[in-house]
Amino acid sequence: MALSAVLRPGHVCLRVLDIEAALKHYRDSLGLIETARDAQGRIYLKGWDELDWFSVVLREADAPGMDYMGFKVLNEAHLARYEAGLKAFGCKVERIPAGELDHCGERVRFDTPTGHFFELYCQKDLFGNGMGRLNPNPWVEGLKGMQAQRFDHCLVYGDDLDGTVKLFREVLEFDLTERVMDGDFMVGAFLCCSNKAHDLALIRHPEKGKFHHASFLLGSWEEVLRAADLISMHDISLDIGPTRHGITRGRTIYFFDPSGNRNEVFSGDYTWYPDHEPITWTTDQLGRAIFFHDRQLNEKFLSVVT
Amino acid sequence: MSFQILIEDTGETYACAEGETLLKAMERLGRKGIPVGCRGGGCGVCKVQVTQGDCQRRRMSRAHVTLADEAQGIGLACCLIPQADVALRVLGQLREPVLRAVPRAFTV
Repeated sequence: MALSAVLRPGHVCLRVLDIEAALKHYRDSLGLIETARDAQGRIYLKGWDELDWFSVVLREADAPGMDYMGFKVLNEAHLARYEAGLKAFGCKVERIPAGELDHCGERVRFDTPTGHFFELYCQKDLFGNGMGRLNPNPWVEGLKGMQAQRFDHCLVYGDDLDGTVKLFREVLEFDLTERVMDGDFMVGAFLCCSNKAHDLALIRHPEKGKFHHASFLLGSWEEVLRAADLISMHDISLDIGPTRHGITRGRTIYFFDPSGNRNEVFSGDYTWYPDHEPITWTTDQLGRAIFFHDRQLNEKFLSVVT
Repeated sequence: MSFQILIEDTGETYACAEGETLLKAMERLGRKGIPVGCRGGGCGVCKVQVTQGDCQRRRMSRAHVTLADEAQGIGLACCLIPQADVALRVLGQLREPVLRAVPRAFTV
């Protein structure tokens, strides 16, 4: 779906308080597939329909949150081009050697004006989705839990929203698909490198470097309802849903992992093209922009972050 | 078996079943406005200080509860499991909604 040389969100590394409890959540409830453990004790997982070796890395730490999010880039030439652009923009840029994450090539890590760390890379080993590329079946059997298809996007919170939006649009060639405006003041931005409603979302927030959620794709609204059943069946901490977002049109449910990191599973958005005008939401309609049915601001959803 | 939990700030008490967290039992009070966050020790909204009684402590974020806090009985209610009757004070973001919800005559 990529329309630029940044292909897609490729991974997110999350800090968790208890790695075994986190594994149980991401593997048995979300339905990700465990694909590796490294010498540092980090656990690697992927959605069933993702081809690369991993899209989620769990690292045990004394405070939860997001270490970094990575985007896969088409090839070395584009990786070098983006690296030069990031340096020229003024980011702190660092090359992480191949193999620092198992099954992943060299990564270009950079910081953003909102205080987050992101990475670009162009090589990750193939794990496959279990169906091959020759006359494949449409889905695999024996999946667990919510059966998340793929890691889809993150929403992060930070102060210099304009700076990070400028960085992603001008250096990394992302499009702005939707934005939330308080007059001329932007409070939320939805960015994509592909055909989706968002690959990365940003909300303005006084503190730098905060993590709101990591989101995973499901196949249908029915699967979102089934995820809601599993949230009760597995006694998972529910945040809100199932419901509908105005922004991005996603059919959604939010919940927390055992360390308090928020997850979303969702289904459906729309097809974005770069010739489209961005959608604008105004803060006086923020209730329906966020939760289209309730049409109420939800303090917990807006303010609880890790 | 259950334990009695006293909220010192308001004088209210509530019951907490054995093995249940302070927050889960408080959620059952059904008080609108208690900021229940992630329930996993990550977001820091349900901060309390235990002034009497022992609690088992689950792991919680060091970004919200430092070692010095811990020594003073400070913790996140979602990660504290009473082993006895407990007295606590509400702190931080939990304070305002807990106090606000008490009938005016109660606070004189």
